[in-house]
Order: sequence, then C-alpha cells, then structure tokens
Amino acid sequence: MAERITTMHAKDMGKETTRQTIIGAIVKVMVYLFLFVMGIIVLFPFYWMINSSLKTLTEYRLSVPTFFPKHIMFSNYADAFTTANLGRLFLNTMYVGIVSTILSLVITILSAFAFARLEFKGKNILFAGLLATMMIPGELFTITNYSTVTNLGWINTYTVLIVPFLVSVFYIYLLRQNFLQIPNELYLAAKVDGTSDFKYLCKVMIPLSLPTLISITILKMMGAWNSYIWPRLVANDDAHRMVTNGLRNAFKDTTGDVNYPVQMAAVALVSAPLFLVFIFLRKYIMKGVSRSGIKG
Amino acid sequence: MANNSMVESRHPWKAWVYLAPALVLLLVFTVWPIINTVRMAFLENYSGLKAAGGAHFRFGIGNFKKVLEYKRFLQCMKNTVIICFLTVPISTMLALLISVALNSIKWFQKFLQTVFFLPYVTNSIAIGMVFAAMFNIVGSFYGTENELIVTAGIINNVIEFFGGHAVNWINYGSTYAANITVMVIYIVWNALPFKILILLGGLQSVNKQYYDAAKVDGTSRRRIFTRITVPLLSPMIAYVVITGFIGGFKEYTSIVGIFGENMGPADDKGRLNTMVGFIYDSLSTNSQGRASAAALILFGLILIVTILQLWVSKKKVHY
Repeated sequence: MAERITTMHAKDMGKETTRQTIIGAIVKVMVYLFLFVMGIIVLFPFYWMINSSLKTLTEYRLSVPTFFPKHIMFSNYADAFTTANLGRLFLNTMYVGIVSTILSLVITILSAFAFARLEFKGKNILFAGLLATMMIPGELFTITNYSTVTNLGWINTYTVLIVPFLVSVFYIYLLRQNFLQIPNELYLAAKVDGTSDFKYLCKVMIPLSLPTLISITILKMMGAWNSYIWPRLVANDDAHRMVTNGLRNAFKDTTGDVNYPVQMAAVALVSAPLFLVFIFLRKYIMKGVSRSGIKG
Repeated sequence: MANNSMVESRHPWKAWVYLAPALVLLLVFTVWPIINTVRMAFLENYSGLKAAGGAHFRFGIGNFKKVLEYKRFLQCMKNTVIICFLTVPISTMLALLISVALNSIKWFQKFLQTVFFLPYVTNSIAIGMVFAAMFNIVGSFYGTENELIVTAGIINNVIEFFGGHAVNWINYGSTYAANITVMVIYIVWNALPFKILILLGGLQSVNKQYYDAAKVDGTSRRRIFTRITVPLLSPMIAYVVITGFIGGFKEYTSIVGIFGENMGPADDKGRLNTMVGFIYDSLSTNSQGRASAAALILFGLILIVTILQLWVSKKKVHY
C-alpha cells in the first residue's frame, strides 16, 4: 500500500515537473519577446533620427516611408552644421562646460573636505541647512538670480552661464560621503608625520575618491550640454549661445512642412557627443545617476 | 579620540577657509533668492522694472490671488497635474515590468540593460524634435477642404498599416487629447531609463533566499511578484515615484522639444504650457511678484505631494 502511494506520488511529481518546464520555457520566450519589443520601441527614435537625417527631402516626403535611405545624403550634415552654426555653439558649450566643471570640482572638494574631516562650531546645523535647500525647485532661485545677474551686468557673458551654478549641494553631499569612508587612521598617521591638511587632501583623499569625482565631472558636463532654460534667459546672443538653445532657435518650426532631413542631422550631431561619452564612460554615468536622480 | 579632536580643532578657522568659496556663492545664489523670492511674492504687483524706478508695493497676498484667478495659470496647472498623474504611474509600471523581466534572464542581460539606459543620455529638446518629426503630418494640413497630405509621419504610417486612421497629433487643429498623448509617450520614454536603473539595482540586491523559499513552497509566479518582489522593492518604488512626481511638476523642456516655444499647436499657442513655463513667461514680462507667487505655489504642491507620499509609504513600504 505504502509502496503504491509513493510511486503514484513520484509519477505525479514527474508530470508536474515536465509541465513546469514547459510553462517555464513559454514564460522565458515571452519575457525575451517583451524585452526585445520594448527595446525596439526605445531605440526606434534614434534609428528614425539617423534614417531621416540621411534622406533627400523628396525621399523624406514620400507617402510610404522608406526604412533605409536610397541615396545617402551626408551633405545634410554639412548643411545642418552651417544652418545652426553648430561650430560656434559647440565651442561655447565646451568652454562653459570645462571651466564650470573645473571650478565646481575645486569648490566641491574643499567644502566636502571641511564637512568630512574638519571640526568647527555649527558643522552639523550648517550641513543640514544645505541639504534642506535641495528640496526647493530651481525655478524659485532663478527668479531672483535673473535680477541679480542683470544688476551685476552679467547678461550675455560667459560668467552668467558659469558662476550661478558652481556650487551644488548634492555634489558636496556625494563627495563628503565618499570622504567619510576613508579611514580616520590614515588622517591621524598623516598628522603625526606633520602633513598639512591640504597636502593630505591632495595626496590621499582626492586619489581615493577619483570615481566619484569622475561621476561629478560627467554629470556636470552633460548638464552644460543639456541646459536650456537659464542660457535662453540670460545669454541668448550669437556670441554666447549654448548648444541646446541654439538648436531650438535654428529650427523653430516643429510642425508643418519642415526640412526634416537637415533638422534630424542637426539633432544627430548634437546627440553624438552624449553617445560617445555614454559608450566610453557608461559605468560612471550609471553609478552617478543612480545616486542622484537628476539629469545633469 | 581626545588626541584626534585636539589635532583637528587647533585651527577652527581653517574649516571656514575651505568652505568660503562655496558659502559665498550659496549666499548670493541660493540663500538670498529664497528670502527675496518670498519677499517679492508678498509685495503686490511687484515688478523689478518699477522697483528700480523707485515704486513702492503694498504688502499682501494679492499676487497669489491674481495668479490663481488667471485662466492661463489654471490651464498650466491642469496640464502639469494631468501629465504627472499619467506619466508617473505608466512609467513606473513599465519600468517595474522591464526590470523584473531583465532580472530574470541571463543571455543579453547586459546588452538590454544598456539599450534601456540609452534614452537617459539624450538632450530632451533634441530628441523631442525627433518625436515631433515622427508624429508630424507634412502637407497643407489646415483643416481646409482640399487637404493635401504629403507624408503622414511614421507613427501614422504604422497606424494605417495596421488598418487604423491617421491621427492629427500635433499639427494645426489637433485635439488636446492627441497633444497630451504625444507628451505622455515622450515623457514616459524619457523617464524609463532612470526608473529601470533604480529598480533593477534594487532587484539585484534582493536576497535570493526569499525566492528559493517560495520555490520550495511551490508559490505561483504572480504570487511571488505581488508578495515578495513588490514588497521588497517598495523602498525603490517609493523613491522613483516621488522623484517622478517632483520631476513631473517641473516639466517644461520636453514640451519645448515637441511643440517649440509656442507650447502648443499652431492654432492654440500656450495650450500645453506648464507651471514652470508660466513662471518664465511672467519673468520675461518683468512681473517678478507674480512669478514668485507661482513658484511658491509650485513648491507648495511639490511639498504636499511629497509629504503625502512619504506618509503613504511609511504605512506600505517594508524597509
């Protein structure tokens, strides 16, 4: 009796496992199908951008779209470059990006060091106060900052694009956390050896926090590349215009009969540096982003 | 320890030297704006231009009243709220599904992860222009009788391929619902990478033992998802929902990307303007009082929604 029960049970189990493997296989196929379909949807705008940017205007205007250009028109890219004056825009943006990143790194490193390693009265209150400002939407600052920079006579200069955003409480916070992980013993040993605070910061703490500093650099550069609202407000002349703003200015019409191939070529040119950065520095971007939750 | 503090506190002024550059800039560009913006919000009809001319302004809540009476502001608020409440749930659900799917596979996992992160490193104006091109109908599309459509745009081509009718998404004469649909699609596309990154990170740090135990018990997939995955992920879900709402309330550039600075189709400019857009419009007409009041209302809304969500997540989130 007991034997029969066990065999029945085993038989059932066998049926059950084959059924489960079949269901498992179906689920797996569905999962891959879902992911690949979603992946194609996510990538489609990029493909369409490149596809359109290489077409002739006549081909773009065909009522039945072509999924690969018949005549590859690289000249669209040259047209886009001159129409939008992209050379100047790229230079302006690079200049603002590089200068503001360097200055911002120096300021962030110094203050993160003070918050992480030095003792002074009111340190915790000051730090909490700084963190509290992170909750306030940037628009609230912009209203007054616009008057401030106007009064300072900074409108249409590089200064106005660089100085107001040099300090980021978030970057200070990020770097301070990193600095705090460096063991105290190292600091004390350096002190015993008579190393100055500043030398210790340069020789020990900065090299040890290099990954965070790289993340900050990338986010800051991407921020300069993508910034739109502030540059449009305060530096919208030909000499200082930034790339996003310039792109929108050069192609004002979004609907109607637009020369889309050239417009898409310009969009591709503006997007290209971001993709290059992404390909080579993906690890740092993803790490920085997962801790920040902000774009740039 | 005593030794330690002695070493560190020998020159307490040194810390202030290190902090000086940051503090000076913060005072000018962060602390002063907070004080000044609140001040301007409560000075009725404050205008920077008139203030420079020596005008005085009465203290009161007139700016807030005026802003809330503006039809344009209410439209901006409506757009912002609709966009928020549509895009955040949709993008969170999709991101959750994609992350769970990504977490369950081995082949192509790294590759697909990269693909799904790609929209993050884009310029929202630039890619908005691509979306506009995909939805745009090229032709003399002005509701005239001899409508001439040169090309209906790839999205309409796809709809027609599956037997549907072309929709006027963003052109002259398009409906509000069509406009919002385009915006929701674009914003969800834009919001997915960050949410997937966070949720997948959360899933990968979940202890495998829970799943092994569920397997031994023969728990069904759906039950595993609702009873194990979602509760264990709830802190990350709460995080992406809260940051999603904060970002949604500040939505502006993605609309400029698609509709340009008209913020709407050619026949109804400003139809899709948002609260942030309203603030900048007021600023460009030198009505700082009104802009400040609108900014404080925006801040208040963000604060309320965040506090509500924190309160809900305190009850529902398993830490």
